[in-house]
Amino acid sequence: MGSFFHRRKGLVPYLLLSPGLAWLAIFFIVPLAYLGYQSLKSGIFPTYEFTWEFSNYTEAVSDYHPQLVRSFVYAGIATVACLVLAYPLVYWIAFRAGRWRNLFLLAIVAPFFVTYLIRTLAWLNILADEGPVVGLLQWTHVLGEDERLLATTFAVIAGITYNFLPFMALPIYVSLEQIEPRLLEAAKDLYASPVQAFLRVTLPLSAPGIVAGTLLTFIPAAGDFINAELLGTPKQQMIGNVIQAKFLESLDYPTAASLSFILMAAILVAVLAYARVVGSEKLTG
Amino acid sequence: MNPRLTRNQLVRRGAAGLTVLSLPGLLAACGGGDDGGGGDSSGEVAKVLNFANWPLYIDVDDQTKRRPTLDAFTAKTDIKVNYFEEINDNAEYFAKVQGPLSQGQGIDRDIFVFTDNSRFPGLLVDQGWVQKLDKELIPNISNLIDAQASPPFDPNREYSLPWQSGMTGIAWNEDVTGPVESIEQLLEDPKLKGKVTMLMELADSVGLTILANGDDPATVDDDVFNRAADRIQAAVGSGQIRRFTGNDYAQALTGGDLAASVAWSGDVIQLLLDNPNLKWAVPKDGGMIWTDNMFIPTGGSVPTASTYMNYVYEPAVAAKLAAAINYVTPVKGAREELAKSDAKTANNTLIFPDDELLTQLHQYDSAALNNQEHITRWQQVLGQ
Repeated sequence: MGSFFHRRKGLVPYLLLSPGLAWLAIFFIVPLAYLGYQSLKSGIFPTYEFTWEFSNYTEAVSDYHPQLVRSFVYAGIATVACLVLAYPLVYWIAFRAGRWRNLFLLAIVAPFFVTYLIRTLAWLNILADEGPVVGLLQWTHVLGEDERLLATTFAVIAGITYNFLPFMALPIYVSLEQIEPRLLEAAKDLYASPVQAFLRVTLPLSAPGIVAGTLLTFIPAAGDFINAELLGTPKQQMIGNVIQAKFLESLDYPTAASLSFILMAAILVAVLAYARVVGSEKLTG
Repeated sequence: MNPRLTRNQLVRRGAAGLTVLSLPGLLAACGGGDDGGGGDSSGEVAKVLNFANWPLYIDVDDQTKRRPTLDAFTAKTDIKVNYFEEINDNAEYFAKVQGPLSQGQGIDRDIFVFTDNSRFPGLLVDQGWVQKLDKELIPNISNLIDAQASPPFDPNREYSLPWQSGMTGIAWNEDVTGPVESIEQLLEDPKLKGKVTMLMELADSVGLTILANGDDPATVDDDVFNRAADRIQAAVGSGQIRRFTGNDYAQALTGGDLAASVAWSGDVIQLLLDNPNLKWAVPKDGGMIWTDNMFIPTGGSVPTASTYMNYVYEPAVAAKLAAAINYVTPVKGAREELAKSDAKTANNTLIFPDDELLTQLHQYDSAALNNQEHITRWQQVLGQ
């Protein structure tokens, strides 16, 4: 028996991996291949034929590059905004909240027990032209009499920022929480000012959390369409809106499929470039 | 996204702050699904009728939450009705069902409903994805109003019968603006800048603009279409049009964020009950009229579905439906029937349009609905 397992030991990792690999094959590789197949078809609904129609890709880029660029700009701004909002928040929770930590963490996550859609719809009421927020801003002359928040670029980016905040906050919290307090004490003993201690100890040690958080925020945000749909105007439509409309409204599956691939490729390039800049070891901590 | 946000009474809930949006369903576009048919395609009347319709597009008893006309149908025929409020948007529902239908499979539904101002009724008939009605079982078809007897997608009404019709016009909030009775005003009056919406449905918004251009929506060539699309595009560019909507314009219009919207008649009649400041009118250059049609998809039970269609074409049943949902009934005699119990509703020209109103209403060129270039251009106007 012993020798059987000994001899077979090389197989065990693969056996353990196989459910995961089968899952990936069935629910990732196969649909992806099918999507690629769809993206090279030509014709009009319902008779699309496979013709290696690579022009679907070039046409999709030339027709929809404004939405593509806009998606990355919005996702980028929202990611930075999430970082700026989330870091001080979870820093405080990790180092200052003491026994209330879990309660505050729950407070970050609690709104997300409500479905994405309802949360976004809530902003329709909060930012309404006749609502209290706009009223206050107009009263304080931050907004002009005729200006509004809803159906603006600001509303769309704010909506994305709000919806993805926990994806930024939680990974950073995890990396901050793991920091050994004695490292900070040591920095102090060595005459580091609080700012220096933060910049040279805390910040580098929380970098894996920042990298994970930015990726978890940026990638889905670039493909988001609900915020632009509900909080924006036609001038704020993102690439997700285009893909959605191509699939479900115009039934133009080849263009929708090629746009999906273009988005995937663009995100991949952006992530690789980012990983190169920050160093890939940060991805794994 | 289209009138994927829903219809009718749901609008009132929308006004109360709750709007329903069906999630992306990108997977739905891939087709698939179960291959169970709805029952025998021919032969015996089944015990169960599976009916897919738009949300809250049927009478509902406020207290019991039951649907009286369906209950009465079951009592009369012993056929139980499973009523699915699952159609939020023509294109999206079509995207969902076209997978199995294109494989010759049923979708477990005996009746579903599509609007004639979309390209889908024509596609369904041309592709053979719907079955012929059994007119032997529908003697009440004689109650179909003449105007609906011969639609272009089904000239002899072999495959379809109207469920309800509705009108597309302009609704405005009197607290925010004076009357908005023309598309010109809606699209170009600077006082309304950023405070108007149009519908995402091509035939509704483009149709009204074609009328405003002095063109005829019954014959839409590329010039006519592009003139209208350009005009709407310009209003998007100038910031005049705030959004394109399904019937989620309701919440913003009643709340005062919007001054005016291209809107459906039945929706606004519903909203009026709670918001007397809302007004709705057919634009001075003319309005659009459309009809939702019942079809029997592949795999559905023809005798069962036909039995039900016959039932809703009884004037008394049609009267109950019209009174509850406030759209335009296609059934002769329904108005007379309703006048006996509810004279006020029977005299509402938005529910029972008179001849004067009908002459102002137009249908969109059915041949142009399937024009891929128009569809693509329209998506671009929508920013998509």
